[in-house]
Amino acid sequence: MYFLKLLLFCFMLSVQVNSYAKDFVFTAIPDQDETKLQQRFDKVAAYLSEQLGVPVKYVPVKSYAAAVTAFSNNQVQLAWFGGLSGIKARDRVKGSTALAQGVEDKKFVTYLIANKRTGIPLSDKLPDSIKGKVFTFGSKGSTSGRLMPEYYVRNHFGEAPKNIFSRVGFSGDHNRTIALVESGAYEVGAVNYEVWENAVKLGKVDTNKVSVIWKTPEYPDYQWSVRGDVDATWGSGFVSKIQQALLAMDAPDLLAAFPRSGFITASNSDYEPIKNVAKEIGLID
Amino acid sequence: MAEPIVSLTALYPRSRTVKISLLFIVVAVVCAFFSDVEITTLYPWQEMSRLAHGLITPDFSDFRVIVNALMQTIAFAFLGVSLGAVFGFLLSLVFDYRLVHMTCAILRSVHELFWALIFLQFFGLHPLTGVLAIAIPFSAICAKVYAEIFEEADTAPYNALPGGSRRVVSFFYTRLPMVWQHIKTYTSYRLECGLRTSAVLGFIGLPTLGFYLEVFFKQGLYSQAAALLLTFYLLIATMRWWLRPQLLLVYLILSIYMLLPAAVDIDMANVKRFFTEDIVPYPLRALDDGTTTVFATIQNFFHWFYELFWLQAFDGIVQTLLLTQVSLVLSGMLALILFPLITRHFQGTIGRGLGHGFLVILRSTPEYLLAYIFLQLWGPSMLPAMIALMLHNGAIIGHLCGRYANEIVLPNNSIKGVNLFAWEIVPRIYPQFLAFLFYRWEIIFRETAILGMLGLYTLGFYVDSAFEEIRYDRAILLIAITAIINIGIDSLSRRIRQYLRLTTTVQCGQ
Repeated sequence: MYFLKLLLFCFMLSVQVNSYAKDFVFTAIPDQDETKLQQRFDKVAAYLSEQLGVPVKYVPVKSYAAAVTAFSNNQVQLAWFGGLSGIKARDRVKGSTALAQGVEDKKFVTYLIANKRTGIPLSDKLPDSIKGKVFTFGSKGSTSGRLMPEYYVRNHFGEAPKNIFSRVGFSGDHNRTIALVESGAYEVGAVNYEVWENAVKLGKVDTNKVSVIWKTPEYPDYQWSVRGDVDATWGSGFVSKIQQALLAMDAPDLLAAFPRSGFITASNSDYEPIKNVAKEIGLID
Repeated sequence: MAEPIVSLTALYPRSRTVKISLLFIVVAVVCAFFSDVEITTLYPWQEMSRLAHGLITPDFSDFRVIVNALMQTIAFAFLGVSLGAVFGFLLSLVFDYRLVHMTCAILRSVHELFWALIFLQFFGLHPLTGVLAIAIPFSAICAKVYAEIFEEADTAPYNALPGGSRRVVSFFYTRLPMVWQHIKTYTSYRLECGLRTSAVLGFIGLPTLGFYLEVFFKQGLYSQAAALLLTFYLLIATMRWWLRPQLLLVYLILSIYMLLPAAVDIDMANVKRFFTEDIVPYPLRALDDGTTTVFATIQNFFHWFYELFWLQAFDGIVQTLLLTQVSLVLSGMLALILFPLITRHFQGTIGRGLGHGFLVILRSTPEYLLAYIFLQLWGPSMLPAMIALMLHNGAIIGHLCGRYANEIVLPNNSIKGVNLFAWEIVPRIYPQFLAFLFYRWEIIFRETAILGMLGLYTLGFYVDSAFEEIRYDRAILLIAITAIINIGIDSLSRRIRQYLRLTTTVQCGQ
């Protein structure tokens, strides 16, 4: 009896295979505090619905990889990716393109931050004194929290982070990196500069306990990427409609979700430098 | 904990039990020497006092979150365990076939969280991800244990049947009734495990307890986390009252009802892509493109494997084994300290009640969660994982030893306290204790591997990295390596138990 019911359940699940999602769905990499993702992006979903004239839904994901997987599995059609996650996602979906980036994303930087107890001051060159410290990156798949800082640290010391620091951790997101370095759980960390500046502005970080010790050179980062097959489902010209909507986004409360001052056009080739760096340190094949 | 060893040495100077115990202790000491054990946070006590304060001031105000998290946790556990029990039962009937037996060993050797991570890649957060992640390894475990129960059951009624009785009829009238009670008990124990597993699945994104616990702990909302945990303990501690056979159907329907809203569009193309492209080792994919020669492809493949093995898997294996061996011995020691708490020779009724409560809390808290908490407090080293594994497994083995010790009838009651413990009780339960401990060896290994997902450099770290880098070929190979070692430990443990002539029933140890 129970067994029959269970079989029935499985059957019910399987008949839904291949059904198409009606809503246009987007996601964003969980680069900041997970609990606030929904409130950050629901407004953006409402704005896009209005601009595109179709129902737009935001779904939160738990990791950078989950954002990439959702995009390549067509569970989302549009995503706010980091440099590296965007490359991985577009690699897996033929015809997908980078549509727009934040004004700040052309010249993005990573800050290395340190707990004051380490006594490391701000300097122009990557400080040698971070050697042997307890160090945390952000997420394993982050561009500003992992890829770029790892690249510069490797270049400077000529070794893998594991051999440079006494311990290497992955905090998960940028807010967490700040909190962990501030609390002293880690001595030094790598953080997205936008998230840091925003936290300082909002008074969410105690700069007597943690401060910036180095800034990386500039590199391209976040972008909106869209799947190539959306025109086929939502009508030709839909991709450029999305692009127009993103570029026209100027309400401060919408832009605060990212946080960016505005959006400009972007293309796949803008991210070639990131791809090369990722290949060089072996994060993509 | 020197007493039992000393006393045993005195009693049986050259016994195999003592030799094996000492061997494992020496190995653990050597492993501990090479393990990275340190508190790295600059102010660990500050956060610990905040946590302790949160735990004693639980905040139940967000009642809807608590109820929803618990319902989801129960729903996944119920469906997963039910499917597992049904398929496990069917498999147990044909468990004699080598193919069945081997397949089960393989399915069992992959941890639930790894299963969930695999399904997550093509099902997304569909309920099937969680249900199958529980159902698959649980069917394999149930198949094995049910088969053992059948094997040990009394076959006299069956043998007494006249020749020519129909097989189906004789099965239902003479074989099944002999084992039914046993199977029921074991299955309800499995449900307890299923609830723990289901809770932990939240850590990778399913809407169960772990999801909210992680959010609360990350935010430092310890009072909210405490409320969730307390309700969970209550749920497990009261299981024998609410888990009634006549309510099973109601629970099952409710579970399906809970999970159905999230069951939307599975695209078979994603499933196909995962199995036919994504998990094929990267260098081999070039063959399809026709861009390289077969020879170059083979060369690239070996290079790929060599790098993956030496740069990731090898280190992961070493770290996982170090942590496993230390945690195994620590769990054993803790079990020997804890079991008197629930034993009638040492405690009155009230004392035993309290002891039971304490052990329920320790063993209901999944080690993954414990390790997560300790890592937040003490920073990244093996210490948090060791303590977590010791507390959880020590409590389980302590509980089993306590139950066993309660059945011992002593010839006289003249000795008490430490003497009673060291000279009467421990020597009597020691073989049984070792059996429980060795049964948990492979489980501790699996858990140790998984804890890498929290940031220790055990095998789970590299598996998690591979999934995070969307390199499923690497992830699957690393999971396969973990599974092979796990099967190896399982068979080594069986050999040691044979060598020690520990032929005891095992159901609860699994």
